[in-house]
Amino acid sequence: MREDRDYSDIPGTYVFDPHHSMLGYHLNMFCMSLNEEANRDKFQADERAYLEGFSLTPAQQTAVLDRDWLGMLRLGGNIYYTFKIAAFDGLTMQQVGAAMSAVAAAEFQEMMVHGGRAIEGNRYQSEWDANG
Amino acid sequence: MANLFAGIGTSHVPGIGAAMDNGKAENDYWKPLFDGYGYVRDWLAKEKPDVVIIVYNDHASAFSLELIPSFAIGVASNFPPADEGYGPRNVPAVEGHPELAWHLAESLILDEFDMTMVNKMPVDHGLTVPLSITCGESEIWPFKVIPLCVNVIQYPSPTGNRCYQLGKAIRKAVDSFDENLKVAIFGTGGMSHQLQGERAGLVNVEFDTAFLDDLTRDVDRLVKLPHVVYLRESGSEGAELVMWLTMRGALDDDAKEIYRHYHVPASNTAAGLIILENP
Repeated sequence: MREDRDYSDIPGTYVFDPHHSMLGYHLNMFCMSLNEEANRDKFQADERAYLEGFSLTPAQQTAVLDRDWLGMLRLGGNIYYTFKIAAFDGLTMQQVGAAMSAVAAAEFQEMMVHGGRAIEGNRYQSEWDANG
Repeated sequence: MANLFAGIGTSHVPGIGAAMDNGKAENDYWKPLFDGYGYVRDWLAKEKPDVVIIVYNDHASAFSLELIPSFAIGVASNFPPADEGYGPRNVPAVEGHPELAWHLAESLILDEFDMTMVNKMPVDHGLTVPLSITCGESEIWPFKVIPLCVNVIQYPSPTGNRCYQLGKAIRKAVDSFDENLKVAIFGTGGMSHQLQGERAGLVNVEFDTAFLDDLTRDVDRLVKLPHVVYLRESGSEGAELVMWLTMRGALDDDAKEIYRHYHVPASNTAAGLIILENP
């Protein structure tokens, strides 16, 4: 599958493309199952046992159990799917955004209130590399 | 004959629905956003469309990775609010318009837009938040709705140009529907936002402003924007803006802007709203 994509140089961004979709199918379908209350109850009762019912890789299982939001994205998760786990935990999208960009939730919220993350300096990976 | 008279572009941030559902619309954080919605509610109450075609995307609610239609049209008479993982929103069920929806499906497919036709489709915040924004709290939605769902979750989504051309075909179909109906169309999603990754929280006011401007000044520029420009400039989820181009395509070339509102932030998103009317 083509790797040199025109969006590959966008920093901190995991485009849910065919490659990611293949990697993350089972992970995302586990998340999808949380749309049903009965399944949320089962997941609540025993997360590890519930996950066994889906064909996740060990790394994906660990990422879910650890609530490693970036890890899930890297392993094929899509944010609209993985956010169902966050909602299950009672987290907001801002709290998850903070965790993924490695800042405190209050700091992330402050950034959003002041206009969000600026586009300047955040278009290309090379800009991030230059700024360490 | 049916008459498609206007279009609305609006964000569909779930937080906006949650703020209304939890009585937070008047607090310091949300009030500046909601203050901009009064105009559209008054306008819609005055214009009283019979049917609104809502172009939106499903967020792992009705569809999953099991089946990913690029364009789907809801032909049912009723669409219940979806449970997206935290219980369904406490809003009225959406009433469809099967006759017009089937007419649209038939006309669009014969016009070479191969729609997926859907009879069973719970609708998520992508559709119900625009209704809340434009109608406020309501016991019953004041018009019938035809949900038109576009895949923007699995890359690649249809191109901006394809979405725009679909709008043109929708207009042709509405124009040929043999019943006196007043029809509006909503394009939803956007504006700039990125929910995921280390770049989460991205907002690009310049991009959004130019997008709002060019819906009337330079539609050709918008129609030609490739996916990578949306991804880079408006964020990975800002790419939802292609759905606004379906709304734009359904209007006259010389449609006029009569209102806009733009506010940052609604949760992690730049929330935009625009009303366009045919002359």
